Amino acid sequence: MAGRYKSELNWSDTTSKAEFMNRRQLMSGAGALALGVAAGPALASLGAKKTPHGMGLMPNSFEEISSYNNYYEFGTGKDDPAQNAHTLTIDPWTVKIDGLVDKPGDYSFDDIMASVSLEERIYRFRCVEAWSMIVPWVGFELADLLNRVGVQPSAKYVSFETAVRPEEMPGVRFPVLNWPYREGLRLDEAMNPLTIMATGLYDEPMPKQNGAPIRLIVPWKYGFKSIKSIVRISLTEEQPDTSWNMANAREYGFYSNVNPTVDHPRWSQATERPIGGGLFSKRKETLMFNGYEAQVASLYAGMDLSENY
Amino acid sequence: MTPSQRINSALRKLPAWPLYIIGALPPLWFLWLGLTGGLGVEPIKALERELGGLGLKMLIATLAVTPLRDLTGINLVKFRRAIGLLTFYYIVCHLLVWLVLDVQIVSQIWADIIKRPYITIGMAGFVLMIPVAITSNNLSIRKLGPKKWKRLHQLTYACAILGSIHFVMLVKGFQLEPLIYLATIMVLLAMRVNWSGLRGAVRA
Repeated sequence: MAGRYKSELNWSDTTSKAEFMNRRQLMSGAGALALGVAAGPALASLGAKKTPHGMGLMPNSFEEISSYNNYYEFGTGKDDPAQNAHTLTIDPWTVKIDGLVDKPGDYSFDDIMASVSLEERIYRFRCVEAWSMIVPWVGFELADLLNRVGVQPSAKYVSFETAVRPEEMPGVRFPVLNWPYREGLRLDEAMNPLTIMATGLYDEPMPKQNGAPIRLIVPWKYGFKSIKSIVRISLTEEQPDTSWNMANAREYGFYSNVNPTVDHPRWSQATERPIGGGLFSKRKETLMFNGYEAQVASLYAGMDLSENY
Repeated sequence: MTPSQRINSALRKLPAWPLYIIGALPPLWFLWLGLTGGLGVEPIKALERELGGLGLKMLIATLAVTPLRDLTGINLVKFRRAIGLLTFYYIVCHLLVWLVLDVQIVSQIWADIIKRPYITIGMAGFVLMIPVAITSNNLSIRKLGPKKWKRLHQLTYACAILGSIHFVMLVKGFQLEPLIYLATIMVLLAMRVNWSGLRGAVRA
């Protein structure tokens, strides 16, 4: 159901479409095609419901959001996804929903979209690599989809999988990670109203390099938890395996909540660099739960967050 | 004349000094790209990576001079000092970008050096480069004597190993590129060992 969540960021905080289209023209005029916005979106407005309330944060431009991506299925370089993701077939798209649900099955993207109403969610996005953006996502609450398929009482976790298509994804030919990319949430995290399935940004369909056609967004966790291009959702009783945890459990925990007091073994998480400040961009302090402490801290009451990182 | 002799006689006519001028340009070019959007929307890390990568490539070039002479007879020793000093220059630039643009916070710089193994290792590699760079001149060869000077300059081997391990340790997941650098450096070092002769006999 759209409109439950009241964002503290405002629609007026975003860059207007006219403004970013104008920027886009300026940039291509300046020969900034090196940014590789090759996988640009179709310019169809999604008509997402806008959310009120605001704090005056300035979202990143469409170019920034769609040219600097971690999507290792298309390469490990930040500009690889923008250059390579155009090969991904997103229509038709099917999400298999299985496990401890009443109505398991293969749900087409159109079928999923028919039962939800889209709304704008302007969220902070904090990467585990200590950079950050602010993104005006378009999507719906994951809870809406889970309620539709009927979560059985024994289910405690939700797991997700990204598509693996060697013929479309050059990055999966090498085992950077154990493909398919896997992520998971505890059921209460998945049902939290902040957790959304995003299908667009800036009121346009999701660019492929950002995880088209449908991806998860969990704004209080490091970005890698927000799995892209989802083809499978399973409800389970056991905590599911997650890709980065499988690759390096010491560095990437199951929870991976944004926490400035728990460092990554190789770098500090106390500060982050907002994308878009250029060569002299100043670091800023990282907020507990990425600024969503009031909404989610209760999920972890009594837990030692340095143990459960 | 064999082909390698012909190449060597052509190389003899080339001076080494233009290398310094040409080699000085890439960091300036990357800085320009970073200032004008050519390195993408997050130019700090991109600049840091470009300069570090340039330093590693030049380290490999430095180490390749001797095996190239042994295998093909082509002699680039005359240019090795310039290649080595340019390596040091690129690594200094890489370090400056990390200090000034990336970390920014002075108290965190020292904390990172002692707390983060990949930074400790990278910094150790840089520190070992300093005496090598300072003595990369004819006066130092005369003052130290060729034997001592050669021993000192074998620190380059340690720098190369530390530099490539630094790269291996900083990437996420299982990635091929840093392992290729490490393997190349290990092969170039292994080629210096006189396997059939005395154990541990190493040639410059």
